[in-house]
Amino acid sequence: MSTEAATTVDQGDPAGSKGRVPAPRRGRGRVALSEGKRAERKLGWLLCAPAAVVMLGVTAYPILYSIWLSLQRFDLKFPDQREFVGLSNYVTVLSNEYWWTAFGVTMLITVVTVAVELVLGMGLAIVMHRTIIGRGLVRTSALIPYGIVTVVAAFSWRYAWTPGTGYLATLFGEGAPLTERASALAIIMLAEIWKTTPFMALLLMAGLALVPEDLLKAASMDGASAWQRFTKVMLPVMKPAILVALLFRTLDAFRVFDNIFVLTAGANETSSVSMLAYNNLIRGLNLGIGSTMSVLIFVTVAIIAFIFVKLFGTAAPGSTDEGGRR
Amino acid sequence: MAEPDGGGPVRSHRMRLAAGATLLALLAPMAACGSGEDSGVPTINLYYAPEQNLQKVVDDCNAEAGGRYEIEYRVLPRAADEQRVQMVRRLAAEDSGMDVLGLDVTWTQELASAGWLLEWTGERRTEAERGTLAGPLETARYEDKLYAAPKNTNVQLLWYRTDLVSQPPRTWDEMINFALGLKGRGQPYRVITMGAQYEGLVVLYNTLVASAGGQILNPEGTKAVFDAGAVRALEVLRDFANAGITTSSFSNTIEDQARLDFQSGGGAFQLNWPFVYPAMQEADPELAKKVAWARFPAVDANTPSKVTIGGVNLAVSRYSRHPEESFEAAACLRNPEHQKFSAINDGVPPTIESVYAEPEMAEAYPMRDTILAELKDAATRPRSPAYQNISTVLSATLSPPSAIQPERTADRMRKAAQDALESKGVLP
Repeated sequence: MSTEAATTVDQGDPAGSKGRVPAPRRGRGRVALSEGKRAERKLGWLLCAPAAVVMLGVTAYPILYSIWLSLQRFDLKFPDQREFVGLSNYVTVLSNEYWWTAFGVTMLITVVTVAVELVLGMGLAIVMHRTIIGRGLVRTSALIPYGIVTVVAAFSWRYAWTPGTGYLATLFGEGAPLTERASALAIIMLAEIWKTTPFMALLLMAGLALVPEDLLKAASMDGASAWQRFTKVMLPVMKPAILVALLFRTLDAFRVFDNIFVLTAGANETSSVSMLAYNNLIRGLNLGIGSTMSVLIFVTVAIIAFIFVKLFGTAAPGSTDEGGRR
Repeated sequence: MAEPDGGGPVRSHRMRLAAGATLLALLAPMAACGSGEDSGVPTINLYYAPEQNLQKVVDDCNAEAGGRYEIEYRVLPRAADEQRVQMVRRLAAEDSGMDVLGLDVTWTQELASAGWLLEWTGERRTEAERGTLAGPLETARYEDKLYAAPKNTNVQLLWYRTDLVSQPPRTWDEMINFALGLKGRGQPYRVITMGAQYEGLVVLYNTLVASAGGQILNPEGTKAVFDAGAVRALEVLRDFANAGITTSSFSNTIEDQARLDFQSGGGAFQLNWPFVYPAMQEADPELAKKVAWARFPAVDANTPSKVTIGGVNLAVSRYSRHPEESFEAAACLRNPEHQKFSAINDGVPPTIESVYAEPEMAEAYPMRDTILAELKDAATRPRSPAYQNISTVLSATLSPPSAIQPERTADRMRKAAQDALESKGVLP
């Protein structure tokens, strides 16, 4: 429905539609393009036009419709009382404690999972990159969690943590971990991390492939320790890849839904903003309030993408700091 | 194919055959879908919660219909919230694949107000109202029109182990003390009931409020009240949750979980619907012999408890392609004979009063007097189209029960319920 559309748009958005090739650093003045370059540029636009048109056609209508709905009192329970209310839904949502609780939970989950995934993913990527024996087996087994459908994995986590059916429930003494807020959030984050670390590792592995062996050899000739080679050589060269991985994961993590839906259904203040939007739209039949939340999620995601692209200079994978091939 | 290729025409002919066969194979299922509609026998899709022996009732009605329609029993999920979400989502999308809906008593006003139900009028209405208990009938009405026919009503009882307790406790305080005593003696002591963040927790709270003489909404259902009785109910719920006599997963327990917990032998008391009794007799006849029932415990020793009515109403979807047959099917599914059958086999109490007096009921349904006594002095949940929002807000505020702070919790619920009545509520 419209929320889904509104919140999944951004998938293709980062770096994609903005496909900006960084201008060369040398000399800020714009160099006049030669004839051939201009033709190439034009061809580039023509080549990506169909994709852009399709994206717009599929996503523009649901987004605009959501925005339109968010400006009305539109409650399916009271069909006769539909009216235009301007921004009052936004006031209602933004002054509501549930919204801010959910926003805080979502932010917490986003920051913690992305940070942990970056560290674990980096380790996993280096292991996969350096493996000599059984490389295929290592890579395949590392990717298994990413291959399992989230909802299916979430159910197995849920049963594992439920007393009576689970093997993990009594790990930390008596009690039902999914019924306590802190432990429930920890379990949600664990499930997220378990699931998407391989994805992170995959993106980082692509970055590792960018690091020339010669550089590393030269560094060790100069007496750099392994840690120094990692921080002074690998990381700077990998920076674009790391930023892209971070951006993708941050946007994904912010829209977390399925794990929470299965594990706690949002009980004990463990709802994310997506969970909240679902509850208001689908369970509450309140299209006005629900669409308002969808729009707010969409705006937040857009802001996150903007920050990454503009402030951290995230660019498409493959282009280096020195500017892409032109 | 081992045979030599016989040249162009034959080959293209064979190709065409293959293509035609493939096309047919692809289209066959579609044709099958459509055929139910034009072969003359309309299919009536009954969407109803899992009920063990309902299929027998459905078969019975199909036999009675003599080929005029064919009821298909589509089983909804177990949890009430999930049942409602599935139906509501599909009704909002004007899905014509649903005909007869098994609605929890609290959804009738909401779906009627949304314009998704067909009204029962004339002869059908008279028939549905004949001999039906007043409480259940009230739950099927909205703005003085009848939108559903009550199939069964329901009310929770106190189930207790006679080998552990000689006398059933009459109040909550007494029950807690009994359980603590058993705990001290190292016997099974737990009080098992539903405390998860869902409708079941609201039912428990609503019963406590009514038993304490309080009010959640005003009688018209237009204003949130939450008076002193509602605060008293919060105290009882908090003290119960913190007394150390519930199961460790109390704040995650729903109906079936409670039944299973009790059947596994750790409980001395269970507060639950009557369906647990036939289920227990089937699963563990030895335990069932040691289990008796009593009226739900009261808040105040001098005032008997007022227990929340549950149950199911049968309604016909506005988007049904066969409304006439659907009304007929619904009427058949809830007729006195079938209500008796379901009461005896599935533990769901009838809505037609005369059924209680049937001789077979006494034997298979020994708790009927207690149920009737509770039904005649029962509590209803607030009847408002926004009930579901109010309920969701209440269950979120009440969960987990061990963290309740009576005064503050009541204030929060009052404000949130008032917002829900004005479509300004944000659901957690």
